[in-house]
Amino acid sequence: MEKNNLKAWLYLLPAIAFLGVFMVYPLIDVFIYSFEEGYNSASQTFFGVGTYNYSYVLHDPYFLQAVKNTFILVFITVPISTGLALLISVGLSSIKALKNLYQTIYFLPYVTNTLAVGLVFMILFKKTPYTDGLANLIISWFGGGSIDFIGGPYWAKMFVLCFYTVWVVLPFKILILTSALASVRQDYYNAAKVDGTSKLRIFTRITLPMISPTLFYLIITGFIGAFKAYSDVVALFGTDLNAAEMNTIVGYVYDMLYGNSGGYPSYASAAAIILFAIVLTITCINLLVSKKHVHYN
Amino acid sequence: MVIIMKVVLQNLTKKFPSRNKKGGEVVAVNDFTFEIPDGKLVGLLGPSGCGKSTTLNLLCGLQKPTSGKIFFGEDEVTNLPAEHRGVGLVFQNYALYPHLTVLQNIIFPLQNLKGKDKLSKAVMTEKAYEVAKLVQIDELMDRKPSELSGGQQQRVAIARALVKMPKVLLLDEPLSNLDARLRLQTREEIRRIQRETQITTVFVTHDQEEAMSISDMIVVMKDGVIQQIGKPQEVYDDPVNLFVAKFLGTPPINVFRGEVKGDKLYIGQEAILDIQGVADQEVYVGIRPEGFILDEQGALGCELSRLEVMGRDVSVVSTHPACENTTIRSIIGSDSKVDLGAKTIRFNVKPGKVDIFSMTTQERIHFELK
Repeated sequence: MEKNNLKAWLYLLPAIAFLGVFMVYPLIDVFIYSFEEGYNSASQTFFGVGTYNYSYVLHDPYFLQAVKNTFILVFITVPISTGLALLISVGLSSIKALKNLYQTIYFLPYVTNTLAVGLVFMILFKKTPYTDGLANLIISWFGGGSIDFIGGPYWAKMFVLCFYTVWVVLPFKILILTSALASVRQDYYNAAKVDGTSKLRIFTRITLPMISPTLFYLIITGFIGAFKAYSDVVALFGTDLNAAEMNTIVGYVYDMLYGNSGGYPSYASAAAIILFAIVLTITCINLLVSKKHVHYN
Repeated sequence: MVIIMKVVLQNLTKKFPSRNKKGGEVVAVNDFTFEIPDGKLVGLLGPSGCGKSTTLNLLCGLQKPTSGKIFFGEDEVTNLPAEHRGVGLVFQNYALYPHLTVLQNIIFPLQNLKGKDKLSKAVMTEKAYEVAKLVQIDELMDRKPSELSGGQQQRVAIARALVKMPKVLLLDEPLSNLDARLRLQTREEIRRIQRETQITTVFVTHDQEEAMSISDMIVVMKDGVIQQIGKPQEVYDDPVNLFVAKFLGTPPINVFRGEVKGDKLYIGQEAILDIQGVADQEVYVGIRPEGFILDEQGALGCELSRLEVMGRDVSVVSTHPACENTTIRSIIGSDSKVDLGAKTIRFNVKPGKVDIFSMTTQERIHFELK
């Protein structure tokens, strides 16, 4: 028994060593920094220990703006993208002709380079001296006035960000959901059909519970992914996110470390820990809710 | 209040497009015409790929026939979608909804009722308990299907099919997922439930013993064609061709190559029966295991291999060069004495247990005894 234990630990050692050095240690470090006031990474010195970093971050209007942006992004894009993906996958699995073509089209954004996607959104939304962008063209057809989506009002920018995020995460969700739908045994549908079950009821009482573990997985990872949004925002609005009022929590952390206002690892650490706490809380709530609605077999 | 219905199939045919590129069609069900009398238990029997499951799917409306008609009672249902046919279907793997409890599973078909048929929750629960009592699972109503044994799941599936009082109950290989002991028990159970409800029931099986033991009527099928329809014992005693004779009975019928010559039936050089009414020709001779009589002066000599004693009966295993089966099994009473040292064992045959079949068409040839 003892010998086996030793062997087991030995096998685990490489993974534990890597995780320890590159994940656990930095995590603990971040946690410590977040309580060290005025930590300087060059001289490795700090003034004192306390909760001042947290109090600073929580009173920083930029941070509050970032929190607000992040929450809006999360709570708009996760339900919309998951619902839309579900709708499209159900549609995809109920058609026969051209199914592969549609599947390919829906999956294209997933294999497309981010910069290329950014370019597409530029053409769609960006206002330049020569053109107002495709979106404005369509709005003007309906008699609306021109809107600057990239440099204009807050809601317009938020709309573009949400639109972009939904569009980017959609393919993966569709892929996963289509395979989940395909794995529901035909017998259940046949049984329901013979019993005269309506299409809607088949969907809500059979399909949804059967794919609920997958759906739940997508919601959890969707929440976590959206909370960590940063690069997409940069791709759309450039690096000066605070000025654009479009910063996210991760963006704030980055700015505190390297940005124009950079050089504040203590504030960055505190913000990172706050983000961690938020994600943890939301995930726990998700888990609690899922206990009732997710059916593992 | 049970509606008892006969089921009529008229020239029912189902063709599937072939999977290979050359085209052509696979005829799963070929020109079926038969009538299932009301309130009876009918077994569709045949080897895999004979079209029995397709027939069941046509009956319940999950598949549409290529041609032909289906009637429930006087009403044609050929083009009626599955949900309007009022059939109950029990799937081979039961297809119980894993996320619902037993009660929720049984109630499920009732909750689909709309308009004037809509039932209150109390009535639904009452009906569910009624049918659960019938199949003896009323103690398990709060469990999930995964917490039940195979036999219990089977009962839940039957209860779910019965709860809406179907006109016809269809069972697809109902016993194939159960172990041997449970299979015996469950088939009695199906028989009992069918008797109590009086619902016209059709079940599909590849197991002839299963079909023989509980059916009022069996339909033997092969390659999409009905071979024979009748009461189990009649079909067993009076098969129309070699396939039916071979398919029914355990141990299976012993088939020999033989010859009819001058009003005698020969196996090898030995004349085993005096018959008349059959022209001289080579034939297949089928002898049921219970058709042998141990006799030292017997007409048929076989090479003795071994004895298998199974309680009441003794099964003599022997070989014969003209036999199509690898071994001959003959069942004799356990009081018979067999000399195990002897090389050859001699039998007489019971004329009623001997059938002869044409070498070319494999159809049965009827003969008279002299």
